[in-house]
Amino acid sequence: MEPLFDLLGDPALRPTLLATAVLGALSGGVGAFAVVRRQSLQGDVVSHAALPGVACAFWLGGRSEVVLILGAAVSGWLALALVGGLVRRNLAPFDAALAAMLATFFGLGIVLMGGLQRAYPGTNAVRLQQYLFGAEAATVRMADLAPLVLLGGPALLVLVAFWKEFKLLSFDPDFAASLGFPVRRLDWLLTAVVVVAVVLGLQTVGVVLMSALIVAPAAAARQWTDRLGPLVVLAMTLGAASGVAGTLLSHTLSERGRAVPTGPTIVLTITAVALASLAFAPRRGLLAAAVRRHRQRRRFLLKAGAP
Amino acid sequence: MSFAEREAMLLVLVTALACAVPGVLLVLRRLALIGDAIGHVLLFGVVGMYYLTGDLDSPWLVVGAVLSGVLTVALVELLEGTQLVRGDAAIGLVFPALFSVGTLVASMHFRDTHLDVDQVLLGHVEYASSAPMAHLFGVPIGRRPTVALATLGLVNVGLAALFFKELKLTTFDAALAATLGFLPALVHYGLMTVVSLTAVAAFDSVGPVLVVAFLVLPALTARLLSDRLHVVFVLSLVAAAVGAVLGVRAAFFFHTNTAGMVAVTLGVLYGVTLLVAPKRGLIAAEWQRFRRRRTFAETVLTIHLAEHEDTPAEPDESAFSGLHRHLDWQPADVTGVVRRAERHGLVTRTGDALRLTPEGRRHAREAFAHLPG
Repeated sequence: MEPLFDLLGDPALRPTLLATAVLGALSGGVGAFAVVRRQSLQGDVVSHAALPGVACAFWLGGRSEVVLILGAAVSGWLALALVGGLVRRNLAPFDAALAAMLATFFGLGIVLMGGLQRAYPGTNAVRLQQYLFGAEAATVRMADLAPLVLLGGPALLVLVAFWKEFKLLSFDPDFAASLGFPVRRLDWLLTAVVVVAVVLGLQTVGVVLMSALIVAPAAAARQWTDRLGPLVVLAMTLGAASGVAGTLLSHTLSERGRAVPTGPTIVLTITAVALASLAFAPRRGLLAAAVRRHRQRRRFLLKAGAP
Repeated sequence: MSFAEREAMLLVLVTALACAVPGVLLVLRRLALIGDAIGHVLLFGVVGMYYLTGDLDSPWLVVGAVLSGVLTVALVELLEGTQLVRGDAAIGLVFPALFSVGTLVASMHFRDTHLDVDQVLLGHVEYASSAPMAHLFGVPIGRRPTVALATLGLVNVGLAALFFKELKLTTFDAALAATLGFLPALVHYGLMTVVSLTAVAAFDSVGPVLVVAFLVLPALTARLLSDRLHVVFVLSLVAAAVGAVLGVRAAFFFHTNTAGMVAVTLGVLYGVTLLVAPKRGLIAAEWQRFRRRRTFAETVLTIHLAEHEDTPAEPDESAFSGLHRHLDWQPADVTGVVRRAERHGLVTRTGDALRLTPEGRRHAREAFAHLPG
């Protein structure tokens, strides 16, 4: 095993490390809002629902990464908008609406991909697999970072620019509406930011694992703080750190001719961080709660005069 | 219909029917996303058992898959029980982690074995006609996966019928069920085992993601059409069957992935039902709103006339030509409202003067009595 510092400086690995770090930070920040709003599984739905958008963009002649990502974003956003419509009109419970849109859009994506593979033989077999499971470490090139910066940067800027509005929307949407904020439009905007973060991650970590990158950093950070600002910053930090650590882990586990994809290692890293936070966070953590309970029992027994 | 299409259709049909029954309960119990999670972690169970047994045809693979589904549910509930993360976040933490372990082990230990990604994720209904035959007392009765899913479907229907009362009570009032001694937890885990089993069986033919379509969409469709549990079960089966048949036809017509096409068809079926469902559909809701607005206008008219009846202001207030001013309506709307009120026998019109009929007076009094405040 190479020493860590050598790996960090490895030019072949640097693009992947940068990509997963940026991605971890982006999805961590966005995920903080999703988790607070009890919409953690938005990421799961978007990542599945992006597939028909990718296919359509490809069909319409889009070959560049940015165009495909935009296609993915449009169909992911559409799926969430439909979920919102169903729930608002009281036609389906939230979770069932999410599941229904996820499955229908994914089915449509598979159908369109099937058509694509016949129309352009040999183009997509590899891409589809990468889309589902994520890229292998060291296959990310510096050029692949462009969409991350071009689309991820603005997404973060929106988050900062509408900080106050999003905060209010997340914690008390009714109050926000009564103050005259355009709640519906703000909701759509925040949804769009989530969608952008998710589709940017698809190529790197894959469909299934992207949802973890939204949920886990925020769930971990949530144990350490009750304030939104620190929550977002901490989630971004944990996301970025797990991205880097997971990439290094996948590289370490890989051997000649047997590459380990980055997605699973990143997800397992961030899940471990989340579980550790659940266990050991001060005040909220399970250990802290157990200690508190033990002390209370002792104090109570002393007061009651029991032996 | 070709031989391959007939075999595929049979398989999809029994898959859809087997999923339709537990799907109803998942939707009603707000567990739709658990179904999604279970679909994803089956890979973990299969890979884990393959790692232990080293045999891709071992029945333990199925056991492992079912257990991994139940394990997911248990882990999600364990996390939720700490009250540190909410239900949705708990699901989002558990299934990607298990899925990751599955893919990691698969990519590290059996790169060279036949674990085709496309097939694992998308299923392979297309090859239904090449599956081995199943025999009963030496007589061939059908393709093996088809027979397995048909059996499972029958079991699911049988279980739903047998435990109908228990399922109904624990679904709609878990607290009451618990006080009556019905053991909601037992019913819950029983249901989850059934869902896992069904998902495992369907996994082979339609893949883990599209199983969700088979579980959730027919149930949602049925739910739009009825509020009675046994009717919803039956309608869900019907929707599943219609979606399966039309979907497979469309897939073979367009030469595309069958499972995907069936999922889309089920989605379209749901969308159409959303529009045209008699009571809860969008068109019906729009129509009702339109009707309500019209009757409300007539009611306002009668109240207005009653208010000024036998007062000095009556000639002015009840003049047809002045109504739009007094009621702040569009002049164009007034004609229609008055005509309908006349037709319904609420008012009579002589020249420009409107007068309430006795029926209209009664209507106004009743409506007035029901006004809040």
